[in-house]
Amino acid sequence: MSTGVGVDLDDVWVKFGDFVAVREANVSIKGGEFFSFLGPSGCGKTTILRTVSGFQEPSQGEVRIGGTNMVGIGPNLRPTALIFQNLALFPLMPIWENITFSMEVRGASKGERRKRADELLELIALQGQGDKMVNELSGGQKQRVAIARALCAEPDVLLLDEPLSALDLKLRQHMRTELRAIQKQVGITFIYITHDQGEALTMSDNVAVMSAGVIDQIADGRTIYDDPASPFVASFVGENNVFSGKIKTITKDYAVVDTPAGDLRAKIGTAARGKLQKGNDAMAFVRPEALAIAAGRKGKDENRLTASIKTEEFEGQSYNIFLNQADGAEIKMSLVNQGQAYEHAPGSQMTLSCNADQAVVLPAGALASE
Amino acid sequence: MKGTFFKEFFNRNGPLLGTYLLLAVAFWIIILIVLPQLSMLDYSFRFNLPPSAQGGEKDVYTMSNYQHFFNGSEGNPERLSIFGYQTDIPFNKVDIAVFFKTILAAIFVTAFDLALCYPLAYFLGQSASGPSGRVLLLLLIIPYWVNEILRAFAFRIIFGATGVINTVLVGVGILDTPIDFIRENVALYAGLGYAYLLLMIFPIYNAIESLDRNQIEAARDLGSPWWRIHWRIVIPFAKPGIVSGCTMVFMLTAGALAAPQILGGPSSLWFTQIIYQWFNTGGNWPRGAAYAVVLLFICIVFVLAMMRLFKVKMGEIGK
Repeated sequence: MSTGVGVDLDDVWVKFGDFVAVREANVSIKGGEFFSFLGPSGCGKTTILRTVSGFQEPSQGEVRIGGTNMVGIGPNLRPTALIFQNLALFPLMPIWENITFSMEVRGASKGERRKRADELLELIALQGQGDKMVNELSGGQKQRVAIARALCAEPDVLLLDEPLSALDLKLRQHMRTELRAIQKQVGITFIYITHDQGEALTMSDNVAVMSAGVIDQIADGRTIYDDPASPFVASFVGENNVFSGKIKTITKDYAVVDTPAGDLRAKIGTAARGKLQKGNDAMAFVRPEALAIAAGRKGKDENRLTASIKTEEFEGQSYNIFLNQADGAEIKMSLVNQGQAYEHAPGSQMTLSCNADQAVVLPAGALASE
Repeated sequence: MKGTFFKEFFNRNGPLLGTYLLLAVAFWIIILIVLPQLSMLDYSFRFNLPPSAQGGEKDVYTMSNYQHFFNGSEGNPERLSIFGYQTDIPFNKVDIAVFFKTILAAIFVTAFDLALCYPLAYFLGQSASGPSGRVLLLLLIIPYWVNEILRAFAFRIIFGATGVINTVLVGVGILDTPIDFIRENVALYAGLGYAYLLLMIFPIYNAIESLDRNQIEAARDLGSPWWRIHWRIVIPFAKPGIVSGCTMVFMLTAGALAAPQILGGPSSLWFTQIIYQWFNTGGNWPRGAAYAVVLLFICIVFVLAMMRLFKVKMGEIGK
């Protein structure tokens, strides 16, 4: 199995007429890395994948695989293999022919192909099923055949276009682990496209979050979650509460935002350091699990926020309280279920607390739409 | 079992619509398909008798019409020879030669139409999408709003000595004298090929249109050159459409009458023209019926053999 090679996008733009699908993408993916593009549908992530696989030429900029500029090199000649969203297995060929189609193209003998098919079938735990037809397999099995077919081409880079989106939740979670294990085993570069942040965060070494053709942030999952670079990233990845307002006071690392729920002191996001000034429109983001009920809590760093209770919701492992800020903006607070019996009258005021280090301030900007 | 089928059928459609549907289907099957073929078959086994003798004691079943197709009329000097070995079986060389020429020509026309229509159907089904694709389809259909016989005459004009093609070729200087396309049967084959073009395009187009474009991209991504994508992905997928188109074009070409009558050269004879002569000028309906049955039977056997060769099931064709 070949070792992974790096993929570089250098100032890549893709335009369809007047529509800009990808704007100024600069990405450097290291060899052997599991790299994800995360974003809502229509954000241009599939277009990026197609520029890497060669089905789409960039309007501007350069795609390099292993340092080689790929301009003018067709998808059949690139060292990439693509796993399609709908898998695109060949329904009229038995499984083993599906898997070894790339070898057939290279002119390998039937014996060689059968042998390789058996090896790959073992890798995907489908031993002895090579003579079945595609429609005789279950969704997860088809998924694994698609992976085997792509791996059989011995690509340097494996491209995956939301391959798990058609599976049910349980299978999807199982396949996450399996994909990650296969990637570790074969050691090649994986580029993964998804709109599911859970998939992106659990599997990837690095994630690029995209919105409307622009890459907002490239970082590891932890950084994306804890230190988002834009309001879009903050609101798209995981759940987040938004507290909008003007900056009241500011120091090097912290700023106080005058929000409808009260003054909120928060850490300035790394990407926003030096870009904020007193009086600027800003947004502070606090995760539902970082909020607590203030009653009975003491601490110097803790913010006090007031809001009116809307509804409560019991979710099993957690207990959620939904509140409204004075301007109507919603707050979700998520408390670990410890057997407490909360019964709060809708409409009554509640004071919440949160730590300044668990809140992030960014310049005001577009949020991810629900 | 039968009873429940009709009961459910009427429950679903109501008594009025149910009765109408059943009658319409029965009319179609019995009156339009079974009875004409049966009466043709019946005719083919009878003597050609004047109306007064029909139903009389002389009106019995006979193989004589089929014998005529193989042996010719009495006193036919031709004898069948098998691999150079001369037998004394009389042999209807003229009719049988025309028969095989017709079948061969129909195969040729079918192959020609397939070669012409597959790329077109692929382009329409996979590349031309949206309004431009629909305009192209309409452009294909419009010429067929003109009657088949008028189209044949149009081809006669196009391929005539002073037609467009000869005028251009002579005008440009490629030819000194016009080619007699009619005598050379070029006009006939072109006319036949054109006559049933749509019946080849549409089944293939329908099949290819439903092919997931990702299949083609996946094959390409796995390194496949274009010819192999067609050979391994597109053609197997379109096979029912291809077989359906080929069957229709072959059957209709072998049974065509207007194009051979109008576009055929002076020395060309199509088997349907012989059948037509027996019915019309020959006034021998039983013999014409026997010839028609031979043509139909051999064509069906040929099509079934081809389907077996290319491993296509009957049920797939209707798709």
